[in-house]
Amino acid sequence: MEEAIKVPTMAEYMAEGKKPEVLFWVGCMGSFDDRAKKVTKALVKLLTKAGVDFAVLGTEESCTGDPAKRAGNEFLFQMQAAQNIEVLNGYEIEKIVTACPHCFNTIKNEYPELGGNYKVMHHTQFLKSLLEEGKLKVEGGKFKGKRITFHDPCYLGRANNEYEAPRDLLRKLEVELVEMKNCKKKGLCCGAGGGQMFKEPEAGDKDINVLRTEQAMETKPDMIAAGCPFCNTMMNDGVKSKNKEGEIEVMDVAEMIAQADEL
Amino acid sequence: MALVGQILFVIALLFGFGFFARNVKKLVRNIRLGKEVNRNDKPNERFANMARVALGQSKMVKRPIAGFLHIIVYVGFVIINIEVLEIIIDGIFGTHRIFSFLGATYDVLIGSFEILALLVFIGVVVFWIRRNVIRIKRFWANEMKGWPKNDGNNILYFEMILMVLFLLMNATDFQLQSLGADHYTNEAGIVGAFPISQFLVPLIDGLSISSLIIVERAAWWLHILGILFFLNYLYYSKHLHILLAFPNTYFAKLTPQGKFDNLESVKKEVDLMMDPDADPFAAPDPSVEAEEPEKFGASDVKDLNWVQLLNSYTCTECGRCTSECPANQTGKKLSPRKIMMDTRDRLEEVGANIDANKGEFKDDGKQLLNDYISKEELWACTTCNACVEACPIGIDPLSIIVEMRRYLVMEESAAPNELNIAMGNIENNGAPWPYNQMDRLNWAEEK
Ligand code: HEM
Ligand code: SF4
Ligand code: SF4
Repeated sequence: MEEAIKVPTMAEYMAEGKKPEVLFWVGCMGSFDDRAKKVTKALVKLLTKAGVDFAVLGTEESCTGDPAKRAGNEFLFQMQAAQNIEVLNGYEIEKIVTACPHCFNTIKNEYPELGGNYKVMHHTQFLKSLLEEGKLKVEGGKFKGKRITFHDPCYLGRANNEYEAPRDLLRKLEVELVEMKNCKKKGLCCGAGGGQMFKEPEAGDKDINVLRTEQAMETKPDMIAAGCPFCNTMMNDGVKSKNKEGEIEVMDVAEMIAQADEL
Repeated sequence: MALVGQILFVIALLFGFGFFARNVKKLVRNIRLGKEVNRNDKPNERFANMARVALGQSKMVKRPIAGFLHIIVYVGFVIINIEVLEIIIDGIFGTHRIFSFLGATYDVLIGSFEILALLVFIGVVVFWIRRNVIRIKRFWANEMKGWPKNDGNNILYFEMILMVLFLLMNATDFQLQSLGADHYTNEAGIVGAFPISQFLVPLIDGLSISSLIIVERAAWWLHILGILFFLNYLYYSKHLHILLAFPNTYFAKLTPQGKFDNLESVKKEVDLMMDPDADPFAAPDPSVEAEEPEKFGASDVKDLNWVQLLNSYTCTECGRCTSECPANQTGKKLSPRKIMMDTRDRLEEVGANIDANKGEFKDDGKQLLNDYISKEELWACTTCNACVEACPIGIDPLSIIVEMRRYLVMEESAAPNELNIAMGNIENNGAPWPYNQMDRLNWAEEK
């Protein structure tokens, strides 16, 4: 069903002497992780459909340095930041959209002091603005009436105080939005942040993603909505550990909107 | 005889405040051991934050029962202490209820103090029950054994005793006024209103005037000495928060929680590496040669900044941070409250070391890392900011964890192996996995 899609790169734009309105920052997960790549493609379809003038960096993009910074490797982080800022400033980028809250937070909050100043938006914020401008229509489709709980990504929610954009989009999908006992400001981490994604957890009596999945399951959801590729993976693994993978699907908000529109 | 009392009182006051001043000096000295960080920007926003979080208790009430009880104790205690002013003046000049010239206003004041005293007493008793009978989980974690546990109860006993003494003092005073005892009577009749302590009068009803005076004086003296003792107990206690809550919320971080600071020292080196004109073999600038290379991150309290040290003295050990911590909830060793308590304990140890060695710190072979906080704790953190969000008093345990990770990674290359692999990949391939950067757009072609 899936087909190759047309994704313009900055280099191509540059060759034509043009500049796109927004840069879609794909991120490492969005580029390489099989599950996250689907979200990337869904978002590209939505952007294309909405007629957004966008491009990606492609092979010129590199890790923002977020995992390195949170793990304490400030040196590597600043090297990554310097390289990326050089590329971004070279293309005179003004606006960046990304589906990864970690990239979002790092570029938005930590790059400015290092010389990178852009307007950065999480994809749910951007999709919401497209909706408000009438460029994108969001309708329930197959998700209408489904019981869905949204897992707040730490780096979108607490870290940057954005709780409503993803929820507004879900409401537009006419789902039955149910909240976990820990949500929004009190949201419980999926367990992937701070470099944990790349290492085994310390000794304990449970994995964090399992605890979070249990909280999600307490709401008896048909689906779990996510807004971060790391959360998506962690919640997927959590659902699997409960042997519910056939029943409870974990999906990014952008994927849901694309599927509702049968893109 | 009265004069002797007055002199003793002044001596007690001088001692009490003298010790307090000494403690404050030590406190400030210790906090200044931390590195400089500028938190003087945006004073309006800072005042607003302090007004909301400390004065307005906005985050306390997120847990309604504890928050409500605390507001009673907090407001009550502060207001009742206005009465201490009168007590001090009476003590120095040997007067009796010097503010009674306020007339009806005075009655309202004393009456309100009494009602608040009762409320504070009840609030504190409930606090005690929550700790010792209901045994709320956050008060019974590993790090809450020994002194922290006793300290938590001590201040509750203190406040109970102070409130009882205050009311007993009023009850006897009321009785003495009613009986027309010398020194206690006033032309205006009975001064003060005693809506609560009047119910204590039956307890002392049969006593002679001289016995009543003994009880009244004893309660009066114990109350004021108790307050002076309490003032000096603060420095050794989590109760220091009643003073430090205000500066601590004022100097708290205002930027988004997700924003971690960019290390200046690293920035300089990276700029140099990225600068195509820089000559790596150039002779070092002789003026900076003598400088010790800056240490990255923190292995001891002196590597932290002064706000982080202020945070450690302000911590109330309430455990709200720990109870929201995903690592702690899943049985990992990490407890953000313990990070704060360890920082304070080590800072006290360093301070004592400096005092014992005539103002110079003598290496004691210990540090915050390993001797207090283990690597295992540090590596369990997901940097989720739940602890920062939960703290009702503006403390940032996460910033200390990150600073210590920086030391582990950049000074000791002591990250867990899998993290080293991921970081090596970022360095070589621009992604945490061994994929080639040239394949970064392959997803667009994949079916
Ligand atoms: C001068 C006034 C204050 C007094 C007399 C006071 C008194 C107390 C007492 C007695 C406790 C112990 C409660 C227990 O045993 O559980 C306590 C705890 C606490 N206080 Fe205060 N306090 C004062 C000011 C403040 C301020 C301004 C704040 C700022 C928000 C604050 C925050 C806290 C916190 C976070 C706890 C831990 C209690 C919990 O969460 O259960 N206090 N305080
Ligand atoms: S930031 Fe770290 S210490 Fe704080 S709550 Fe999250 S995992 Fe725990
Ligand atoms: S850091 Fe804050 S939340 Fe944690 S124990 Fe201390 S006062 Fe309570």
